[in-house]
Amino acid sequence: MTTRRDALKQSLALAGLLGATGLFPQYAFAGFNRTAFDARSVNEALKAYGASAPLESKDVTLTAPDIAENGAVVPMTAASTIAGVRHLLVLVEKNPSALVAKFDVSDVVEPSFATRAKMGQTSDVYAVAITADGKAFFAKKEVKVTLGGCGG
Amino acid sequence: MADPMRIRAQSSGGSAVVRVLMSHEMETGQRKDSAGKVIPAWHIIEVTAAHNGKPVLSAEWGPAVAKNPFLQFTLKGAKAGDKVAITWKDNRGDTRTDEATVS
Repeated sequence: MTTRRDALKQSLALAGLLGATGLFPQYAFAGFNRTAFDARSVNEALKAYGASAPLESKDVTLTAPDIAENGAVVPMTAASTIAGVRHLLVLVEKNPSALVAKFDVSDVVEPSFATRAKMGQTSDVYAVAITADGKAFFAKKEVKVTLGGCGG
Repeated sequence: MADPMRIRAQSSGGSAVVRVLMSHEMETGQRKDSAGKVIPAWHIIEVTAAHNGKPVLSAEWGPAVAKNPFLQFTLKGAKAGDKVAITWKDNRGDTRTDEATVS
């Protein structure tokens, strides 16, 4: 008997296969890490980039507002002073998929990026720095989202 | 073809602060239209920057980057007159490149 769970599993596996062979044309680009951007949790997303479980670090900074009146536009800045940082990630824990953006840092670019993200609801926001040897360090901050912009 | 980006690159003390404002819907694929059908995802997936033609930065973005995305980064060793080019690519295969001069 095929249960709903089995059916789901199979369709997921199929989707994975299709994705791997590039049959999803809209995502058939080299470099775009589908797994990471589909991941629902912070740790899953980090795993997709081969990083170990992240440690909290004072050398990673995340600047975001305490309260965001409009969840569609939340300004945030992720920065790190750790030597040998290769990737800098911004994640919102309670979004449908956690990963917002990944920046690849080169020697001529400072590991500090500002952008704007969407947030579905009040959630912890993470800035994660991944070093060349796969170690991950994070900083987090809770951002409250007031829907409707009433300032509630 | 999408609208041009607005890029401003200002040098200060041996590096340049680059601010980019892109014009893009950034549809998440979560929303539904009035008929209840899911609006397919349409967002920028890849952003790259080049300094005088040499690639210096690449980024992968998910649908959770806000509409009309803003990006700010600091380019070390860039001086006035240098060229900074930004390219984005979205999940429909659209791409756009714009260039600015460091001031």
